[in-house]
Amino acid sequence: MPESITVLVNGMPVQMQAGSIVSAALLKAGEPCRLSVTAEPRTALCGMGICFECRATVNGVRHRRTCQMICCDGMVVESDR
Amino acid sequence: MKHADVIVVGAGPAGIAAATAAARHGRSVLLVDDNPGAGGQIWRGGIENFDKAGEKRDDPAKTKALKGLVSSGATLLSGFRVFDAPGPSELRAIGETSEGTEVVTLRYDRLILATGARERFLPFPGWTLPGVFGAGGLQALVKGGFAVEGKRVVVAGSGPLLLAVAAHLHEYKASIACIAEQATTSQLAPFASSLLSYPSKVWQGISYRATLYKTPYRTGSWPISAMPNEATGLLKSVQLTNGNKTWQEPCDMLACGFHLVPNTELASLLNCKLQVGFVAVDEQQRTSVENVYCAGEPTGIAGLDAALIQGEIAGLVSAGQSASHLHSRNLAERRFGARLEAAFRLRPELRLLPALETIVCRCEDVTYEDLAARSSWTDAKLQTRCGMGPCQGRICGPATQTLFGWTPKSVRPPLFPVPVSAFCVHDSQQTVSEEIA
Repeated sequence: MPESITVLVNGMPVQMQAGSIVSAALLKAGEPCRLSVTAEPRTALCGMGICFECRATVNGVRHRRTCQMICCDGMVVESDR
Repeated sequence: MKHADVIVVGAGPAGIAAATAAARHGRSVLLVDDNPGAGGQIWRGGIENFDKAGEKRDDPAKTKALKGLVSSGATLLSGFRVFDAPGPSELRAIGETSEGTEVVTLRYDRLILATGARERFLPFPGWTLPGVFGAGGLQALVKGGFAVEGKRVVVAGSGPLLLAVAAHLHEYKASIACIAEQATTSQLAPFASSLLSYPSKVWQGISYRATLYKTPYRTGSWPISAMPNEATGLLKSVQLTNGNKTWQEPCDMLACGFHLVPNTELASLLNCKLQVGFVAVDEQQRTSVENVYCAGEPTGIAGLDAALIQGEIAGLVSAGQSASHLHSRNLAERRFGARLEAAFRLRPELRLLPALETIVCRCEDVTYEDLAARSSWTDAKLQTRCGMGPCQGRICGPATQTLFGWTPKSVRPPLFPVPVSAFCVHDSQQTVSEEIA
């Protein structure tokens, strides 16, 4: 059966199945990916790297498209709050 | 710098078929794709899918295509996105890993564009709420490990993708409240009967219907607003209409997309001729630019079978082989695409969905009211920043085309936001600054 890994989303540990994308971890944590220019919370829309709504900071690097990034054990994900 | 006889951009079905065909005929082939793995959207990988017995489930067509690709000897470069075409027969691509970014120059003798399509999104009140996803978007997120078990989902918009998405979500134990298809039954009827001349598509349709036999499929219906729970801010319900009657559908999620639009940005940057929004190709998939071919959805939205055949034709022709044995099948698939377009034509009421305060450009939060006063796409960009955010108009461009009849003009590098340093450095292994240009 599938292996489980842990990523930290805004400091909260989130268990994900290996191979999951980072956007899915943000959704599971119930955290928006980013705040828009008028401070609306946004989550992934297109799921395929086109819309840029899923941008978040991953391992200290800003503006990562989290829908095209696979979760690694111990990954640190931070979103706008 | 990497050089290949044939470079293929996009590792969906068309790109895989193209790369495989060219490599089998002795060409060195590099297949570049921005996703973590090959397969494109329709054959998207993700978390392993286990059935009830704990066995891994695979799509046999995808497995066969990927095996063919591996045995052909073509090289796959995943996680790299083409952002520029700085010189003749030259592309620049950027790879993003959790450690940083890497820029590489790619040189080719022949180039095959298999850049696929994206969903068309149309703005309506509430479409920016968390809990509202693209239809294919939600499917991709679920494949990527987002659990929807026990969630109530409304699937809405237009196109055959809605059925595929609903069937897929049902498989992952979501409860599908209904599928709202904006096209009318009379619009869809000729299309449904034309499916009979395409056996593989009929079987696919039947298996969706079997999965969804209890799910209401409401034709001539569309969403008019998504309502939040005032306390939590989360999606609470979707308001749907059939033009006469309006009703609320309580749900946890809305999966909504209005058919597909082609990804033609790279083709435009290379000066390939477009015809009514699609890349113009001849029967050998040649574009107007010498040694540049295009296959699959950018040449016309026609689905998986068309993508596979056109990809194979482009691969064969780029390797100096004849592909005449495939032309009649390609023509048949193109006719299927034309029927698809007619069946899922958008109704004019969809242009009236946004309220004055509804955001149209999600990157820059530009509202319908801001845009209604503008005269053209260029005017809107200059005055409101519509289309000037990170997606570069990929989402709001097609929306404003539907709403106002505007045509986005002039594609310029970078095709996607990249760090400024991507233009300053030569091919690099080193990490560069992460700020978006």
